[in-house]
Amino acid sequence: MNKELTQDAVLVSNYINGNEQALSILIERHKQKIYSFIYSKVYDRDVTEDVFQDTFIKVIRTLKRGKYNEEGKFLPWVMRIAHNLVIDHFRKNKRMPKFQNAGDFSIFSVLSDSSLNAEKSLIKDQVESDVRRIIEELPEDQKQVLLMRIYQDMSFKEISERTGVSINTALGRMRYALINMRKVIDQNNIVLTN
Amino acid sequence: MAKIYSNPSSKNENLAPKGETISFLLNYSKALSVISYNKMKFETLLN
Repeated sequence: MNKELTQDAVLVSNYINGNEQALSILIERHKQKIYSFIYSKVYDRDVTEDVFQDTFIKVIRTLKRGKYNEEGKFLPWVMRIAHNLVIDHFRKNKRMPKFQNAGDFSIFSVLSDSSLNAEKSLIKDQVESDVRRIIEELPEDQKQVLLMRIYQDMSFKEISERTGVSINTALGRMRYALINMRKVIDQNNIVLTN
Repeated sequence: MAKIYSNPSSKNENLAPKGETISFLLNYSKALSVISYNKMKFETLLN
């Protein structure tokens, strides 16, 4: 055990002095223990890979900066770095929880994508086309008011001014337009729902 | 529910980092250069 510890210290020293091969030996010697340790905490291969990489980036930077104090404890030091990075990972995840679909229930069965799929888009187009055809069947004065109100978003005040009738007349025409449209829909058994 | 001991334990998985990760770390180390100047340290990545 002591011999290995001494060897770690020698390797570290060699690495600091420019021997890149020494780092390779150190990583090879301890990679499984460190990786297993991280995995035992996060249980995710990709996260383990990231934390392992970040751990050694810190190790490399510290050694190259000459900030490492050799006390014969290279491995515990690396494990401590890994441990702290695992904690950082959990802290980050807590702020922005990652959603993982586990088991039978999927949240997406109750949350829906608001954009229309192809089928719904076709149905929407068909419904709009049918509504337009029904509007065409209306008497001219009622059709005019309806088009201004629904398709041009005009107020009844604006409609009355444009058509030269009172607001009450415009309101009445709108009401009859809708009643007549409903009659046509019922008589012809038209389905306008999606 | 009690643990079923006849099933192999998941701890026997081969847990080791990918070759690419190790490779990256070694290359990173080779590329990293720390220069000291006036009590300051500058890190550079050599191409």
